[in-house]
Amino acid sequence: MNRFAELLDRLAYEPGRNNKLRLITNYLRSTKDPDRGYALAALTAALSFKHAKAGLIRELIAERTDPVLFALSYDYVGDLSETVALMWPTPRTHASSPPPCGEGSGVGGHNGSLASDHPPPQPSPARGEGARPAWGKGAGHNNPPPTLTDVVTTLSTLGKAELPAQLARWLDELDETGRWALLKLVTGGLRVGVSARLAKTAAAALGDKDAHDVELIWPGLAPPYLELFAWLEGRADKPVNLDPTPFRPVMLAHAIADNDFVGLDPTDYIAEWKWDGIRIQAVSGRDAEDNIVARLYSRTGEDITGSFPDLLPSLRLPGAIDGELLVLRDGRVQSFNVLQQRLNRKTVTPKLIKDYPIHLRAYDLLGDGDTDLRMLPFAERRARLENFIARLDDPRIDLSPTIAFADWDALTAARRDPAGAGASLDADAVEGVMLKRRDALYLPGRPKGQWWKWKHDPHIIDAVLMYAQRGHGKRSSYYSDYTFGVWTEGDSGDQLVPVGKAYFGFTDEELLQIDRFVRRNTTEKFGPVRHVVHEPDQGLVLEVAFEGLQRSPRHKSGVAMRFPRISRLRWDKPPREADRLETLERMLTADATIQSTTSSGGH
Amino acid sequence: MRPHDILIPAAAGLCCKPGGFHIDPVRTVERALITHGHSDHARPGHGAVLATQETLDLMRLRYGDNFARSTQAIGYGEEIRLGDVRVRFHPAGHVLGSAQVAVTCEKTCIVAAGDYKDAPDPTCTPFEIVPCDVFITEATFGLPVFRHGNASAEVNKLLSSVALFPERAHLVGAYSLGKAQRVIALIRQAGYDAPIYLHGAMETITSYYQSRGVELGELRPVKGVRKADLAGTITLAPPSATSDIWTRRFPDPVTAFASGWMRVRARARQRGVELPLVISDHADWDGLTSTIAATGAGEIWVTHGQEDALVHWCTTQGLVARPLALVGYGDEDGDEALSASESAEA
Repeated sequence: MNRFAELLDRLAYEPGRNNKLRLITNYLRSTKDPDRGYALAALTAALSFKHAKAGLIRELIAERTDPVLFALSYDYVGDLSETVALMWPTPRTHASSPPPCGEGSGVGGHNGSLASDHPPPQPSPARGEGARPAWGKGAGHNNPPPTLTDVVTTLSTLGKAELPAQLARWLDELDETGRWALLKLVTGGLRVGVSARLAKTAAAALGDKDAHDVELIWPGLAPPYLELFAWLEGRADKPVNLDPTPFRPVMLAHAIADNDFVGLDPTDYIAEWKWDGIRIQAVSGRDAEDNIVARLYSRTGEDITGSFPDLLPSLRLPGAIDGELLVLRDGRVQSFNVLQQRLNRKTVTPKLIKDYPIHLRAYDLLGDGDTDLRMLPFAERRARLENFIARLDDPRIDLSPTIAFADWDALTAARRDPAGAGASLDADAVEGVMLKRRDALYLPGRPKGQWWKWKHDPHIIDAVLMYAQRGHGKRSSYYSDYTFGVWTEGDSGDQLVPVGKAYFGFTDEELLQIDRFVRRNTTEKFGPVRHVVHEPDQGLVLEVAFEGLQRSPRHKSGVAMRFPRISRLRWDKPPREADRLETLERMLTADATIQSTTSSGGH
Repeated sequence: MRPHDILIPAAAGLCCKPGGFHIDPVRTVERALITHGHSDHARPGHGAVLATQETLDLMRLRYGDNFARSTQAIGYGEEIRLGDVRVRFHPAGHVLGSAQVAVTCEKTCIVAAGDYKDAPDPTCTPFEIVPCDVFITEATFGLPVFRHGNASAEVNKLLSSVALFPERAHLVGAYSLGKAQRVIALIRQAGYDAPIYLHGAMETITSYYQSRGVELGELRPVKGVRKADLAGTITLAPPSATSDIWTRRFPDPVTAFASGWMRVRARARQRGVELPLVISDHADWDGLTSTIAATGAGEIWVTHGQEDALVHWCTTQGLVARPLALVGYGDEDGDEALSASESAEA
């Protein structure tokens, strides 16, 4: 457990993806089975046991500490698990105690040698968190700390009534970091910035394998993944995936730039609308008992089946659909803002299902029955897809239409006016067009020149830099996270109100320029945050590009941007000429208004 | 004589009227006893200064030869008479030359511990328990969440990171008097014998430590070293420099910070630290409480830090305790700004 705790501890502070990978791979390489397998399971959220509630942790610490000291500590640390991990009373075994200095003990007596290992006699402490207990006491704490395997296997069989005592025993045996990791594990949610995909990539690196290879066999594996490690380390054959509904690594598109069109022949391509929803893979297959099972995966392979039970009955035919998850009301696609109400929900209520009817718009078919279609050209897959959807004949699943175009000018016009080019009433949910080569095989990752996405032009506003914060990792000496604002009428004339934060979009050279500007024009510092001068005639105007706008009661300005980034530095523009909040409010689409009325009706 | 007739908090600091001196005064006074060389305790401009030889030397390095009108060195365990009181210095284990001051008047003994730690430190004389009637303790880490653990284990964390990321530079933020030298000594104890690089602000004090017989191995100034050559190396720098543009001379640096504050995640994250090292030159909660108990003192005065929790704990132990409202003392890791001597990038 302590080694796993060290790994989590390091990951929690490490911002860089590649460095995280290295830390995980290194851990997996130097840790024995089955511990490393359970660690991989923990990182990929593949462990299932009843999680402990915060209330239980509170009770455990209340039995052991002075309430005043706990309150002061919790107030200072701000996180329950961390407070408990740090102040859990255990005998201090690491440090030696100083020798007593009686009258007449001379100067040379203790010099030069480290303090002895024996503490002075002292009054027994009345409370556990007080003076350290004398040696020989706390004998119950001499057990070796539990391994991760101990913890995971015990938790999976432990009755609810036994949990408090077992947890307390482990907390006694672990050190601060170990206790912190244990509490994270048992309360659910490691939150160390590692996705399941990243953990699998790190595992694949053990055997110089591609993450996709691990992904393919993953659904057939279970913790502690002995056969996976055996294969990765060259000790055994590749495990066979017997899962009827495996995830297939997805194929992604490149953003197309104007000069990319040079040399592209329109007849080589099929165009479709790019929908503003969630890319998913809907897979159905027959299990050993010949029953249909269906699963939904996010584009990173996360199993999101539980969030959309209303779609499952429609997945009656064995196959694997690549498509967009949307919310449809009266046959009309709703905006992403509406779809968002269905995302990241812990429970899916009947009301939610009724108010936000889910829909799958299909644009590719990766498997039909037992046949893998991925090595067929896209045009052939498309034909199979059309046939498949027709056979399925389900109101919840339809076909994403293709866009007829003769040349690039025609497609440009369609992109500018989706409503007039066939998207009709769904045009608001279109965020651009997709271009797919007719002969493109379904290749995982982002292969060059196969699929292109051609998004709508983003919204652009001019905003004023208000606050800057240092970045992480390579950017830790740069002020690279920016909060920007626009003008609005305040109590005492015009004032800036923050409307968003962005930390990319600029070049390295521009980053240097902004960093220099921030350092020279700081008006106040709060920890890592600097207030940067933002007066009508003094300050830096940033051109900010973003994809959409949403009402947000959480933001002072009342609006929140989607995907904001810095598109240009407007050194030439005085802050007084930056945009106003009214401009943003006009951009709020009718959808956002519809959404706020429905959600207010829902409460 | 009552304890507060012997020592009393005053605007300038802890004042001993019967002895005619102040301990670690924050304003200039006629006669000052200095517990250790950190700048919030050892300030320039006093009339006469009594301190250990090391503390006097460190003040001289910081402030120049004329930092006081006159100075007198005192050894650990040595006793001198000042006015109506007897004064004795004992090792505080905080940094090189750090001392607790025991003031005895008639039968009453008060120990002002200054900053102290009871954890092992290869760069200074270990802390001693001094039995007394009144114990004046600091409370920098006076909350039960602060338990600093084993400093060697933290250094191992640093070394395994160096081994795992050989193409990156490791930058360790550490206060330039005491912490930096202790970290270097611990790195050497762990068996790392490659040269260790130093920020310019570290050089003077570190070579003073070496001149006092503290073994630190081969040290090099980082200034002028090519970026590529710093891959896989360890550099010690003042904490504030590790988030400064100064770091751009290093290849993809891993930012470490050696401080007791690193025990709390929010503090480490706030500073953008990637490798927090819980290494403190102050006693942790267990250290504070066990030391208080071991002195046998019936009355505890708590100075700078988290006084509330420690005073509360003393009360639960049946001890008389009160916070001393002394202002002007910080913890050396807490302040962001570099002193003038440190920011000069020599």
